[in-house]
Amino acid sequence: MSVAAASAGLALARRRHRRRRVLIEAGSAVLAVVLLIWSLIPVYNMFLIALDPEEGEVEFTGNIWPPEPSLEAFGVVLTQADRYLESFWQQFGNSLFIGLMTMVLTVAIGSLASFTAGRARLGNGSLITNTALATYVLPAAFLTIPFYLVMHSYGLSNNPWAVIAAHVTFATPFAILLLRYYASLIPLEVDDAARVDGASSIQVFLRIYLPLITPALAVVAIYALVLAWNDYFYQFVLLTTPSQMTVAMMQGHMFEDPDAAWNAMMAAAIIYALPPIATFFLLRRHIAAGLTLSDARA
Amino acid sequence: MPYAAVFLAFAVYPIGYALWMGGKPSLYVELIDDPLYLRTAVNTLLFAGLGVNLQMFLALLLSGFFMRRRWWIRALLVIYILPWALPAVQAFTSVHWILIGEMGLVNRLLEELFGIEGPMWFSHWGLAFGANVASYIWKWMPFWTLIFIAGRMMIPKELLEAAAIDGATDSRRFVHITVPLLASLYLVCTLLATAWAIGEFNTVFFVSNGSPVMSTEVLATLGFRYTFDSAKPALGVAAMMSALPVLIPIVILLLRRIQTREVQL
Repeated sequence: MSVAAASAGLALARRRHRRRRVLIEAGSAVLAVVLLIWSLIPVYNMFLIALDPEEGEVEFTGNIWPPEPSLEAFGVVLTQADRYLESFWQQFGNSLFIGLMTMVLTVAIGSLASFTAGRARLGNGSLITNTALATYVLPAAFLTIPFYLVMHSYGLSNNPWAVIAAHVTFATPFAILLLRYYASLIPLEVDDAARVDGASSIQVFLRIYLPLITPALAVVAIYALVLAWNDYFYQFVLLTTPSQMTVAMMQGHMFEDPDAAWNAMMAAAIIYALPPIATFFLLRRHIAAGLTLSDARA
Repeated sequence: MPYAAVFLAFAVYPIGYALWMGGKPSLYVELIDDPLYLRTAVNTLLFAGLGVNLQMFLALLLSGFFMRRRWWIRALLVIYILPWALPAVQAFTSVHWILIGEMGLVNRLLEELFGIEGPMWFSHWGLAFGANVASYIWKWMPFWTLIFIAGRMMIPKELLEAAAIDGATDSRRFVHITVPLLASLYLVCTLLATAWAIGEFNTVFFVSNGSPVMSTEVLATLGFRYTFDSAKPALGVAAMMSALPVLIPIVILLLRRIQTREVQL
């Protein structure tokens, strides 16, 4: 009697458990669909406009996919056949230069500064992190105008290096914070062991520190590139002549012109979006390694 | 010490210059007299408060969802990160067009699917402001979700397994293990994100562009208009400097939090 009751209870519990699992799976699926739509709607709209052969159309005509999709707009961008896109590839090169330099310098300065602050056992190690983070008292956008005037006095107006300097200034504090936090997971004894074996500080930095923090460096690199790629305000204020113009500035001008060729603009936007996405995919392995470090540790 | 030199030249000097430029009290009198300024200051606080808290809370919950080991959830993560990697100007322009007029994507879909006539998004303060906040969350939530995923991965698995064996349900494990262990990270990220959101420019400039009639401006875009449309750079800088009373406590709190955390480690 009691055995039967117990087994009935067990079956009930099992059924309840199974029903719960089905509910969780269904909930996850619904959430996944919502997130998918939420993340992709603006991207979808970009493609809709870019594939439309009519250049002035931004309206949604009720078709889920353009009836006559055409790559014409992409052709216009590739051959620079629009008045806004006359020097698209030069602008693209300018953007790329600024983005890559910001990335390289942020990684270099961030790793050196975080090493000095966290590993060199200086009494004032945290001072570096603190003063760097204090920069965020004034957000990047708030410093644009003073930055412009200061760059002018340095003789750096209309110079891409001024923009790079601005981006590096605002990317490094976060880079140092992230790298220090990550490096604090590596025991200091590793450094000591190398020093006992006769390694200099520079060797410790190059041979031990850098390889161990590679995953965090990958995150910092992408962060710096995206920061430079997202910028409009600094480039708009600091660069003036057409030969220094970047893609973000050109797109800003197009945005304000009601007669611009929207489809070409969105096609250019899609091409411009590729470098950070490609970098993300290239470095994805390292990021995954960075995120699973704790698994290896445990 | 290369960083020290760069830091002095490109951070300390411009900040000092900014303080000097925005230092005249008369500028603040002019600001207070401008009704647009007060409205903008309130907008900025609302934007940062609402945007950051919503985004952080959702990111914390979603990081748990993305910890599930299913192939389709991992694939979804790659798409979910996409908005963060997309260039801001273009993405926000696209959002602007999705919402604009009667023929934007959202309004057309509302009409086709449900027969509802969609509102004019940029003619109502609330809708335009909401569009800005939503776009900001769209762009930045993936970044913070990644940070929280990394944080969750640092939680020793034994801890969660032990709790599971003792019969703790998912929600109880979240409340009693995940939340206390991530609280410090959550606070640091929220402070950092708030400081950044107060200075946000791209979202408002490209999504609502201030409409209706400059009522959704934030301090960064208002400073831009003072400087370039009314040719008053000093007033523009002063408008931005007026956020200092809010920003300084945030950064001090942030620095304190980071120090206590280093002691814990």
